Amino acid sequence: MKMACHKCAEKAVIALQHGELCKNHFLSYFEEKVFTTITKHDLLNRKDTIGIAASGGKDSLTVLYLTKKFLKKNQFPSHFFALIIDEGIAGYREHTLKDLETFCKKQQIELKKVSFREAWGVTLDEAHPKINKDTKKKPCTICGVWRRSLLNRHAREAGATKLVTGHNLDDEAQAILMNMFKANVGLAASLGPKSGIEEREGFVPRVKPLYFCTEKETRLYAFLKGFTVNFAECPNAREGFRMAIRDFLNDFEGRYKGTKQGIVNSFLEILPLLKEKARQDTAHPQACERCGEPARQMVCQACALQEVLHAP
Amino acid sequence: MNITVIHERKQATEHIQFAGKSVFELLQKINVSSEAVIVVRNNDVLTENDLLNDNDEIQLLSVISGG
Repeated sequence: MKMACHKCAEKAVIALQHGELCKNHFLSYFEEKVFTTITKHDLLNRKDTIGIAASGGKDSLTVLYLTKKFLKKNQFPSHFFALIIDEGIAGYREHTLKDLETFCKKQQIELKKVSFREAWGVTLDEAHPKINKDTKKKPCTICGVWRRSLLNRHAREAGATKLVTGHNLDDEAQAILMNMFKANVGLAASLGPKSGIEEREGFVPRVKPLYFCTEKETRLYAFLKGFTVNFAECPNAREGFRMAIRDFLNDFEGRYKGTKQGIVNSFLEILPLLKEKARQDTAHPQACERCGEPARQMVCQACALQEVLHAP
Repeated sequence: MNITVIHERKQATEHIQFAGKSVFELLQKINVSSEAVIVVRNNDVLTENDLLNDNDEIQLLSVISGG
């Protein structure tokens, strides 16, 4: 049996909660969903200078392409650029960086590159055995902190007033459940289409145009648009807990379409309350006394890790 | 029927003897979630209800990527 699009007679390429869609109707549906997210949640405005956090994977190529398209469609005069952090993960980042360079050249998008080695003097592969030598922590505990710090600093220094990321509905649903299962209400307050709890000096707000797009929809969009996405998975990313949550969600989504959307929609209902509570509970942000980046302690987490790296 | 399955994520090819008919049944047989892959035959995207033919070569593009 050949499934037909519920809007026309063409062959369907995806079955969604509300019916099947052919290639052309899916592409329109996906783009409209992203543009509506940007507009409805006020993610970008005409005065913004926009940094786009990129990796070369399906999410970042898609969000680069659609941010550019949104700005053109709405005649925003915004300057925008892609920003990639090269962590120094052998056998991984060099491949996605190459894909990103090719894409940006073809799309005529400015690309800025920053590496852990330039910023911290070491690659992630070199830092992990030293910083985590006495713990069982994974490299991701360093990578996440240093990446966020560099993205914020270099976006801000390039004049960005918004930092676009490629986080999708799966990422968000996974994070919501992980925080819930581990009782991290404070961390959950930072989620949402606009990251962060409040506006802070020196902090470039992070926004997520793919917030309501599933990972499958995003991969399909990238495939149908002909973006070159070579499969690449970070060798450090095989974290047990997140993978278990991902598999659980995919299993449920397969059986009950709309599960991930339902989790995120429910979460958005309570997010304002979580943000309000977090504003009351957490310390007022200040500037790190070492690097000047926004921090909730005297020394930010990124500098604290660097101290461990250089400890005798 | 005989189906060749190319797994992008595992970077492996698998030859399967299969008594079912649809993509849905194939994914069930090889224990792959339909949410984790895009199923492609001759560069055409298939849905779970599409039917397979003997000697089809199927690509499973991984939805999961990155870090």
